[in-house]
Formats: sequence, structure tokens, C-alpha cells
Amino acid sequence: MVLPAAILVFIFSYVPMTGIVMAFQDYKAGLGITGSPWVGLKHFRYMAENEYFIKITLNTLFFACTKIVMNLIIPFIFALLLNEVRNMGFKRSIQTLVYLPHFLSWVTLAGILIDMLAQTGIINQLLTNLFGIKPIFFLGDGTWFRITIIVSDVWKEFGFNTIIFLAALAGINPSLYEAAEVDGASRWKQTTHITIPALVPMAIVVATLALGNVLNANFDQIFNLYNPLIYQQGDIIDTFVYREGLLTGQFSFATAVGLFKSAISLILIVISYRLAYRFAGYRIF
Amino acid sequence: MYHKTIPYRIFSIFNYVLLSVISILCLLPMVHLLMVSLSSSAPANAGLVTFWPIGFTLEAYAKTFDNTNFLSSLWVSVERTVLGTALAMIVNTVAAYALSKEARVFRARNIYLWYFVITMLFSGGLIPGYILILKLGLMNTLLALILPGLVGVYNIILLLNFFRAVPKELEEAAFIDGAGYLRTFVKIFLPISLPAIATVSLFIMVGHWNAYFDGLIYIKDAERLPLASFMQTIIVQHDMTKFDPSFVAKSERTLRASQIFIGALPILLVYPFLQRFFVKGIVIGAVKE
Repeated sequence: MVLPAAILVFIFSYVPMTGIVMAFQDYKAGLGITGSPWVGLKHFRYMAENEYFIKITLNTLFFACTKIVMNLIIPFIFALLLNEVRNMGFKRSIQTLVYLPHFLSWVTLAGILIDMLAQTGIINQLLTNLFGIKPIFFLGDGTWFRITIIVSDVWKEFGFNTIIFLAALAGINPSLYEAAEVDGASRWKQTTHITIPALVPMAIVVATLALGNVLNANFDQIFNLYNPLIYQQGDIIDTFVYREGLLTGQFSFATAVGLFKSAISLILIVISYRLAYRFAGYRIF
Repeated sequence: MYHKTIPYRIFSIFNYVLLSVISILCLLPMVHLLMVSLSSSAPANAGLVTFWPIGFTLEAYAKTFDNTNFLSSLWVSVERTVLGTALAMIVNTVAAYALSKEARVFRARNIYLWYFVITMLFSGGLIPGYILILKLGLMNTLLALILPGLVGVYNIILLLNFFRAVPKELEEAAFIDGAGYLRTFVKIFLPISLPAIATVSLFIMVGHWNAYFDGLIYIKDAERLPLASFMQTIIVQHDMTKFDPSFVAKSERTLRASQIFIGALPILLVYPFLQRFFVKGIVIGAVKE
């Protein structure tokens, strides 16, 4: 019964893995993998010496790490605030609304953002009318681009990321609160002594597992919002691989960059799962 | 009781207001988009529309539905979503069922499990995948959009964890009554696991509906592009060649808005009713013992 899945995985996952040898060749479509000349580590040496590659690696790390931190802190606080809501109907409506952006694609959201952030878009109109600020070139200025990327990512995902914390909150034994109440602890004391300590293990697991993602800055988001004007501050490894590989046709170099990224990610994922298992007993299966 | 104290009441009011504002902020961009799409093009292009249509008209929608490329893309998206989800569910549930058996019963279980998990950890990357599709002759076909992502290892793990929680006695009773593995699976495991199956199907459906990148690189003909890729080319890349240029200039903004809105509509419609399934999926994935 596993066979259909096993065969599909073989064709579409394992066969492409053999394509990695291209990273050590100068691949020519006419010659194929078997006929292309071997060049050893040439592409990797070029990568290490390439200033632009180092820049986009730093960009990738910047975007990924900022998002990881923000997407941990904000959902954590949001879950705490939501936990204080006693009206169940209100709570559920809030949840419905804040989860929504998670299910919309980045193509849709990029379309909306491009429209809203345009020179005549609603955001610039508001800024001009309310504060008299000159229109900001959100997607054309490097710094504003970075801010836009981080804010829009948090906006899209914070609600959804609270689900995990809400699940952890639901698991807290109510008798702890009752005992604290009897002892005369204020709600603030209850939060700092019961609620937050109960959430910390979950936060540690989430943070540890995020380690495997420090080279994933979200291709879909950047790809749909970036433009050549802000490549210096906005280009990331994945978009670079796409352009070098499929647009410029440098198959071998793009594969080498991709391999570099997957190899580092693999090491980080293995480390992060080990840590998560050791500190919190977390396993995926 | 803490919630009767005055400081807590003040906090509570503040909290309700804050949470309301935040959640409305999550909806406002979609509302604004809808209003732009319903306005006439002159006020929309001048940036006058905020949260109410100015010069209400359905012109943009009429034009969008007049565009044959848009309609064919819509159809491709429906096709890939229905076919892709159905095939994926068959292959993944069957595999998950087999893998949910213990190694005593299914001897190669752990080998297979690792065989699948490795693909989660490491992949050949973009270029080898692209060359594979090229070599298999799948370029420009619907199969290129369905087959590569058909096996979702994460979904298999979700499902197998769910199948493992099914009481053993049920299965044993079925065996005693003479049912084989396949029959037990169809008659007992599938009906019992309906919530998990609904959740995973929903995730796969949303994934298919939103996927644009595979269409972008594997599909060459405009009329075979799925809707998400079609929108990507015209909205993000501003590639208006796929459009009749005569009306692009004067109503571009409302037109774009209407297309974005229609593209997101299925999700907006389905989401409020199925939200609990979505949420359950995350929770069974994250918190389980």
C-alpha cells in the first residue's frame, strides 16, 4: 500500500537529488549530466569570492531571523491577551479574523500590497492627508522594502502562529489558578507565575525548530514584491537561484547555490530536532 | 475574584478595543480591494476610494469575465485543485495507513518511514526538478502541476499519527469478521478519521489553489496557466500582453482589483465555515502525544 507513494517520491524527490552532481560540472543541456565536463568546486569557490552572493546571504539571514523573532514574540503576547477574553463569541470572532490572511496566497497579498503602497495608494493617501508626509516609495526604497517585508509577513502569520500557544494555554490545569486565587494572587501575578511559565516550553520548541529555517526568507513573498531597484537590500538566496538558473540559464551555478543552502539547512534541521527532543521531548512521529 | 477589580476592568476594556482594532486590520485590506474593484475607474485611479465604492459599477467584473484567458485559467485551477487533491488523498491516506502499523506487523515500516522523511530534509532543488519535468516531457501539461507535489510527507505523518490513535480492538474485530487490510481501511479507518481527512484535504486544496510558481515555470501557453500563475504574471509582473490593451489603460486598477478579489474568493467563501478544520490540522500537527 505504500508503493504508489514510494514510487512517486522516488521519481520526483530521489531522481532530482542525483541532479546535484550538476553543481560540480559545467552542465550543458546538449551534453546532459553524463556528458558535461567536471569542474570540481569551481562554482563553490566563485560563490565564496562573490561579494553579491555574500550580500544576499546576509539579506536572507536578516529577513529570516527578524521574522522568526517577531513571529514568536507577537503571537506569544497576542495569545496572552486573547486568553483574558471571557466572552467566547468575541474570542472566536477575533480568531476567525486574524487567521484569515494566513490562507491567502502571496500572489493575492502582493497584488493588494502593490496597490495599497503605490504612490496614489491608500497608505500614501492617508499619510499625506493626515500627517502631511510626502508619498513614500515603499517597494522602491531598500529600507522601506525591508520594513514592508517584515511587517506584511507578521501581519499575515501572527494570528495563525497564536494557535499553538492557545493550545498550550488550554492545557493548563485550572486548579492552579484556583489555588492562586485563594492565595490572593492578582491576575498579573497569575500570568507571570502560571501562564507564562506554562507557555515557555512551547516557545522554546517553536524557536528551536525555527533554527532549520534561518536560510528560508520566504521566496513567495520576496519574489512577488521585489524589483531590481532594491536587489541590494531585498534579494535573497532563493530568488537569486531562480534568476541565475531559470532566467540566465546558469544551471550548474544555480544548483551549486541551491546545494549550499540545502546542505546548511539540513545540518541546522538535524541539530534543531535533537535540541527540541532533548529540551522538550518533542518528536514528529 | 480578579476580574471584578477596577484595574482589571480597565485593562479588559482596553484589551477588547485593542483586539478588535487588530482583527479589523486583518480584514481591511480585503475590504479596500473589494471597494476599489466596485468603483468606476477614474476615482479609483486617482486614489479616492477608501472603504466605500465611488461611482459603483460592475464593469471591472464584466471585463474580467469577458477575458477568455482568465476563464480558462480559472478552469485549470479548478481542475488541478479537484484532481490534485483527490489523487493526493488516495495515495497519502493509503501510505499513511500502512505506515501506521507497527514494525512487528509491517516489517519494512521504519525503512519506508525514513525513506519518506529524508525527502523532507533534503531536496535536489529547483534546477534538477525543472530538468526532470523537461526530460519526462511533462512541460506544459496538467500533470506537471499535480505529480511533483502529490506525496506530502508532512500530511502522511499527520494522517499516520491519527490512524495510530484508532483503537486496536476495532481493527481486530474487523479481522475476526474476515475483513482484509484494504477493507478494514475503507470501512473502519476512513470513516473514523474523517475530521483528519477533511483537514488534510483542505490544506492540499488551498495549496493547489494558491500555487503559482509551478505554473509559472512549467506552463508555457497562456490558456493553460492556473489562475494563481495567471494573476502573478499580470498583477505582479505587470505583463499586460495577455490582455486586450484597449481597456488596460483606462481601468487598470479596478480591473486588477477585481481579478485579485475573484482569485481569493473561493478561500474567503470556504474559510469561515471550515476554519475549525484548519485549526485542528495545526493543533494535531503540533501538540500530540
